[in-house]
Amino acid sequence: MKKVIEARRLSYSYGDLHVLEDLSFSVFQGDFFVIIGPNGSGKTTLLKCICRILRPGAGRLDTLGRPLQHYSRRSLARSIALVPQTAPADFPFTVIEVVLMGRSPHLGLLGLEHKQDLDIARQAMEFTGVLSLARRRVNELSGGERQRVMIARAICQEPEIILLDEPTASLDLAHQVRIMDLMEQLRDERQVTIVMVSHDINLAALYGSRLMLLKEGRILSLGSPSEVLTFQTLEAAYGCPLLVDKSPLGDFQRVTLVPRKFIDPRNQK
Amino acid sequence: MSREAMPERPLLLRRVWTISVLLFLLLLAVAFLGISVGSTGSGIRETVDSLFGGPEIDAVRHAIVWKVRFPRVLLAILVGAALSLGGLVFQALLRNPLAEPYILGISSGSGIGAIVGILAGFSRFPGVCATAFAGSMGTLLLLFVMSSGQTMLRKDTLLLSGVMVNAFCAALIMFLMSITQDSRLHNILFWLMGDLSAADLPQVGILAAGLIPSFALLICLSKALNLLLMGRELAQTMGLNIKAATVTLLAATSFMVSLTVSFCGPVGFVGLVIPHVLRLAFGQDHRLLAPACILGGGGYMVLCDLLARILPDQGEMPAGVITAMIGVPLFIILLKRSG
Repeated sequence: MKKVIEARRLSYSYGDLHVLEDLSFSVFQGDFFVIIGPNGSGKTTLLKCICRILRPGAGRLDTLGRPLQHYSRRSLARSIALVPQTAPADFPFTVIEVVLMGRSPHLGLLGLEHKQDLDIARQAMEFTGVLSLARRRVNELSGGERQRVMIARAICQEPEIILLDEPTASLDLAHQVRIMDLMEQLRDERQVTIVMVSHDINLAALYGSRLMLLKEGRILSLGSPSEVLTFQTLEAAYGCPLLVDKSPLGDFQRVTLVPRKFIDPRNQK
Repeated sequence: MSREAMPERPLLLRRVWTISVLLFLLLLAVAFLGISVGSTGSGIRETVDSLFGGPEIDAVRHAIVWKVRFPRVLLAILVGAALSLGGLVFQALLRNPLAEPYILGISSGSGIGAIVGILAGFSRFPGVCATAFAGSMGTLLLLFVMSSGQTMLRKDTLLLSGVMVNAFCAALIMFLMSITQDSRLHNILFWLMGDLSAADLPQVGILAAGLIPSFALLICLSKALNLLLMGRELAQTMGLNIKAATVTLLAATSFMVSLTVSFCGPVGFVGLVIPHVLRLAFGQDHRLLAPACILGGGGYMVLCDLLARILPDQGEMPAGVITAMIGVPLFIILLKRSG
């Protein structure tokens, strides 16, 4: 299988603080790769290294067989797109304007779109279900709608890899499922590789094809959801009692939080 | 169904052309008005004759139109265009809708430079212009050092820096004026109120030679302004080289604004009024706003200068008075709304 991202002995530090240490892993084409881990484990930093917002201190990071630093910003943007946790809304662009910005790495000097760029934008908006919002201003939309606009924008870049930074963090349940279904559909229909940072272990179990569990900047576990989401590794990572069993939906891990009242002997009858 | 939901949006290029042609016609009309109207009062008929060569050309009138009003209107167009575009770029670059050359204190810095030049006995051009240019570039550098890094993006920090720079410059200007007694005082006073009356064609030509390349460069970079407004990180992932874009934008805009201010003095709030009016009318796309600011700003400045010439019964007042009287209330409204 084709490797789209290959990290070897990757490290990153803010000053003296080692955020990422010695990471080696590969992401294959068509993966739904979910990075999980407790706060401060370096998930977002890793994501920023992959799209070259941050430059790793040491190690090697290849994308589509080429070292990351050999790409120009423009050509990298045609391979990798990022969906941030929240969409910026200081200046009230309209939905169509934001989605069309995804075409930027494909446009010429003056940055003028052509008919075909509009068609691509329309398809992307249809795909994420925001076509009817085209003329609305982004700052008037709900969080879920805004996130779907940001995804349509990422699709417009026509990337081979889409990175998502906790895309469902502030969304209600319906929107969480909708966003995740969209990403899965994108992977299945267009062979886009998905790399996602998530706090939600259960969503990771339901959608992820491969999971990477980070703790303090190191890989604690890497593999299929059933390999990674075990009681032992999760407890080692999060340091809190958890219950791991199978989801009633089928062969998916299910992780349940265990409140103290269920452990404390005084509360047990 | 989908086609109905999203009406065929005209391609950007066509929108840019339509709006530009519209604003250009407006600019031409205002410019013609600016050339026709004045204290010696020449009618439209005579102006047409003077401009394009008609049957009866009055030599004096011809001279007034060509030697006085024409350069003045050209200067107003250039000044208005540069200040509006400067405001637009600063607002996007600093992600602060209240950023504007005058508010940032650039004009005051240029004022100090100009006064030093006047006191040193330099001629208005090129001496005073050069010292004014140095003054405004100096202020800009100071401003960027004062509010460097992330704090530059915060509204209050930037505005406060501007207020402080302005206060300091005002004190310095007062000091310089208090030790000046002769006729140079009148020169200083008039310069400080933003004055377009001293233009002649060669000077306007020099200003244009500096400004037009800046306009072209900034129009080319207007796509980058859109991306920058999405945040630095996201802009990078959409293919923008942030460092190169920011440095080029800052350098070109600083040069453009400093050059302009050194010719016209502190004409305030044009860079606030025009970008905001145009945003309300045409939305946020800077690829459209940049050319619109150049044309619209030019027309607005000609109009303000025209008002400054015809409103007083005797003589005239500096154009900066008019722009401030229109701009300050708008600034207060915007400040209140952005909370």
